[in-house]
Amino acid sequence: MAITGTKGATGLTGNTAIAYAMKQINPDVAPVYPITPSTGIVEDFSSYVADGAVDTELITVESEHSAMSACIGACAAGARVMTATSSQGLALMWEMLYIASGMRLPIVLTDVNRALSAPINIHCDHSDSMGARDSGWIQIYSETVQEAYDNLFMAVRIAEHEHVLLPAMVCMDGFITSHAIENINLIGDDSVREFVGEYKPAHSLLDTGNPITYGAMTLPDTYITFKHQQSKAMAAAKDVAVEISAEFGRKFGRNYGLFDAYRLADAEAAIVILNSAAGTSKVAVDELRKQGKKVGLLRPRLFRPFPFEEITGALKHLKAVAVLDRVDSMNAFGGPLFNEVRSALYDLEKRPKVMSRIYGLGGRDYKVADAVGAFEEVLKAAATGRVETLQKYITL
Amino acid sequence: MTNKPSKADKNHLPLGGVIPKGGTAHDYSTGGWRKLTPSVDKSKCTNCMICWVMCPDSAIIVEDAKMIGFDLEHCKGCGICAVECPDKISAIKMEEDKS
Repeated sequence: MAITGTKGATGLTGNTAIAYAMKQINPDVAPVYPITPSTGIVEDFSSYVADGAVDTELITVESEHSAMSACIGACAAGARVMTATSSQGLALMWEMLYIASGMRLPIVLTDVNRALSAPINIHCDHSDSMGARDSGWIQIYSETVQEAYDNLFMAVRIAEHEHVLLPAMVCMDGFITSHAIENINLIGDDSVREFVGEYKPAHSLLDTGNPITYGAMTLPDTYITFKHQQSKAMAAAKDVAVEISAEFGRKFGRNYGLFDAYRLADAEAAIVILNSAAGTSKVAVDELRKQGKKVGLLRPRLFRPFPFEEITGALKHLKAVAVLDRVDSMNAFGGPLFNEVRSALYDLEKRPKVMSRIYGLGGRDYKVADAVGAFEEVLKAAATGRVETLQKYITL
Repeated sequence: MTNKPSKADKNHLPLGGVIPKGGTAHDYSTGGWRKLTPSVDKSKCTNCMICWVMCPDSAIIVEDAKMIGFDLEHCKGCGICAVECPDKISAIKMEEDKS
């Protein structure tokens, strides 16, 4: 990894930044199985382990299913545990993701978003993390390298918070963010250590003086109670995320909320979009604003839990909204973000018109012209009060 | 026989289904699952302890190196003890539960 200082900033790719953040967090255990495009995280981090720069026990396993299984075992033993994956790797972890969240183990995973097979494709879309959206993991999406780096520290705090105790996933776009070099501001090692603190687990399987059982059978008399507890913890994670990101902002000067609103307050038409494509869309917002068009953007950061009240509050004044998904739910009714946003707006007396646009699957470029095209459709819906096409693929 | 937690207990179930102490299987009465109940004829029994070794529920009661009977709170009535009791001895029989 080449890190070159430039005016106080450091040029890093998304992967190197995440590996660097992991080095600074210095987790106890990292079970890993590299997969494109998140391989760089594992490569760089394994160098830190080999160089003795961290105290982490790096476990090289034979599959992502094993990686998540080892994460669960290590976390149940009381360790702070981190890993990273993409695409098929996350898909292979699937059953273990539910076990991690059901056992309330605050594992932190970086998912470098990549399309799911078939056809096989190594490039960016959100079908991997969206496939895991109901697995009980907190999901935080990142627009930039800086944000992915910062999110990892916040994810540790949110996951381990006593009101939460749930695993957390930090998502960033494959190649677009993971492999692009960006000048970012690093936080000092001491400040990171102070911010993330020491992980104090409530239980440990290694505490032989106090034997415990993880993963016991529960029957109809108790299972629903545990799921209810988990559901309440997920609801609590929203408030904790607000609190932790406010603390992060106070300490390090970069302020993040539940979502990023761009020129939205006086807008009539807006795009809702996740991750790096928001940056492209913001350029389109600026161009259209110059022409006097009242457009804006909302980029959710926290997708699980879904902060529906806050997002409704930010969108309720609009006339029309296009929700852009980099994944298709294959329900013939729009992408996952579209369905969440549209559902959130339902309770309004007077709600904006909402349309679903699927873009950029398998790494297809999403350019400023595509964002402008989407905005033109939303502006038309805002003017006419009608949505001509509810669901449509763009960037085809 | 019931293992159902009370409503008050339900509010305090440990997070993630963790069982926060050891030895709790003893408190779980599996005897209620039983259809057939074992009985032993001590006049035939040689105290070879094969039943004690084979019982999957640790439900063979032993005192002073002698097999003295069954822990019916935990015996599920699987009949392994009766099968494993040496053929020449056949001291254990399974019978319909009378209770």
